[in-house]
Amino acid sequence: MNQPQNNNILDIQDLKMYFPVTRGLLRRKVADVKAVDGVSFHLKRGETLGLVGESGCGKTTVGRCILRLYKPTSGKILFENEDISSYPSKKLRSVRSNISLIFQDPYSSLDPRQSAGSIVGEPLKIHQWVLNKTEYKERVEQLFRLVGLDPGMTNRFPHEFSGGQRQRIGVARALACEPSLIICDEPISALDVSIQAQIINLLEELQEGIKGLTYLFIAHDLSVVKHISDRVAVMYLGRIVEITRSRELYDNPLHPYTKALLSAIPIADPFVEEQRERIILKGEVPSPLNPPPGCSFHPRCVMAIPECSQAVPPLREIGGEHQVACIRV
Amino acid sequence: MTELLKVNKLATYFNTESGLVKAVDGVSYYIDEQEIVGIVGESGCGKSVSQLSVMQLIRPPGKIAGGEVIFEGRNLLRYEPNGPEMRTVRGGKIAMIFQEPMTSLNPVLTIGYQLTEMLVLHLKMDDKSARERAIELLGLVGIPSATNRLDDYPHQFSGGMRQRVMIAMGLSCNPRILIADEPTTALDVTTQAQLLELMKNMVEQFRASLVIVTHNLGVVARYAQRIYIMYAGRIVESGTTKDIFGKPMHPYTIGLLKCIPRLDEEEGRKLVPIEGLPPNLIGMPNTCAFLPRCDQKMEICHNQPWPSLAQIEKEHYVACYVHNKEKTGEPAAK
Repeated sequence: MNQPQNNNILDIQDLKMYFPVTRGLLRRKVADVKAVDGVSFHLKRGETLGLVGESGCGKTTVGRCILRLYKPTSGKILFENEDISSYPSKKLRSVRSNISLIFQDPYSSLDPRQSAGSIVGEPLKIHQWVLNKTEYKERVEQLFRLVGLDPGMTNRFPHEFSGGQRQRIGVARALACEPSLIICDEPISALDVSIQAQIINLLEELQEGIKGLTYLFIAHDLSVVKHISDRVAVMYLGRIVEITRSRELYDNPLHPYTKALLSAIPIADPFVEEQRERIILKGEVPSPLNPPPGCSFHPRCVMAIPECSQAVPPLREIGGEHQVACIRV
Repeated sequence: MTELLKVNKLATYFNTESGLVKAVDGVSYYIDEQEIVGIVGESGCGKSVSQLSVMQLIRPPGKIAGGEVIFEGRNLLRYEPNGPEMRTVRGGKIAMIFQEPMTSLNPVLTIGYQLTEMLVLHLKMDDKSARERAIELLGLVGIPSATNRLDDYPHQFSGGMRQRVMIAMGLSCNPRILIADEPTTALDVTTQAQLLELMKNMVEQFRASLVIVTHNLGVVARYAQRIYIMYAGRIVESGTTKDIFGKPMHPYTIGLLKCIPRLDEEEGRKLVPIEGLPPNLIGMPNTCAFLPRCDQKMEICHNQPWPSLAQIEKEHYVACYVHNKEKTGEPAAK
């Protein structure tokens, strides 16, 4: 892999992912589900970018496109300055040892018949990361210690671990080949409240310890995303509507959807809650099969004017790394 | 305000193959008229089982082992679970909304059928007026063109809309208490906000009380007037919302507040996780169940049984030796 010329580990340019809807015996294509419809953003080396949005907004699809689990319809995915969006599958293998994934559900993402050690060690074998059995064993034990698990537990099976411990196994597996980018897809939403903090802290500590480790943190819970991320991108119906530093997002949200999303999340403090303005959105997220024309948020937006339904508002820079896609801002 | 429901030392046990699980172990609380009460805890703490016990919806191997549920001057636990008295209370006087709007509606019956069934059964309405009332209810909970949607099946509704139908169903017989068990956990953030706001407005309009069972401290901070914090089958702290969040006393409550990220937090705030795991409810020791995870434990905690709730202030009760070395009081009584 080439040495990066700039500080961006990942650069996504106008990414589109359409899923065809087919009908009938001949599976004629009748429509497209525009899961991701023109998304652009970049990830700086060593930072955490949060990707938030409600179900169906395309945040998971973006993550899967980066891993090339899907072949994007169009757009560029520059990983370490190389466009991987059209790599053939053979060439992808080398990329995938550098990008890994932590899944949402620690119960279904671990093979119940495989021991914890072999789950963590499997990527090492596939990517031929270790030379011999001693090295393999050492690396697996090292990974166990890294995520706060007892290396003596390598021979146990997933059902012998608690939810939090299983997610630690998932994290260890993701770290196996020293990736530079980890895509965390809702890594804590299946865990209990008191366990969530353990995993959040683990991810933060790992990033402090491993130089250049970059996270794309996908979640629906804005308070978690804001906590862990340096910058946050808010998605709505396949597009990014606002992207900014996480502090700025809470202090100065600009897009009406971001404002509604922030206001929908209650803060665990009745004294603060008394003062907060509540924006309750009307209606539901429209189907990505038939999104509204122009800005897809306009039917639910309180600030909408007729022009909003004319054209898709571009994501514009308004200074200080703050980009927003709204003509009323 | 007058007391509407009083639960005294409720105990629900599950006799499983691996041992006796004391899912709810001596829980006492009360609900006033037109009050919003939050019951908070992590999975397995007994918050849902306690509510199902009030409704007598516990199935074997579960069993209500003791206690009383006083509603309108009568102890509901003295009635047969399927007896006529219980059936007028369940769904009629006390209604419940469940977590999964996908599974709590019958997929092969229309929304209209499922809504009118209750009206005919509990309020003895005839079919025509039941149908009119059902349309009215669907309109109240914000389902557009309710007249046309009455004959639709559950799968034709989105998750949020199904939960609206559930709310309409819960309110259909003018209940005195609406119990919402994790009502919005399966839904999207903005839909959650819509539905909680709707529920709050609806119980105000129907002059009912609302019990919100949740693990989300934010939700109760926003909506509840009083809160019960549960851990391992017991209430460990109770008080007004301002007591609980302003002066949390039980180490578990304090720990919960320290380990959740907040939208308005300072940059660089570190979360402090509660070490260890929630306890396995089989073969629990006699001492405080939070002891292994507690950072304020004292000598007495190891030697003495789980402390009972003691009054700290007017409404504020806590079950912890750090705060009630000597004081004892009637748990959560008025």
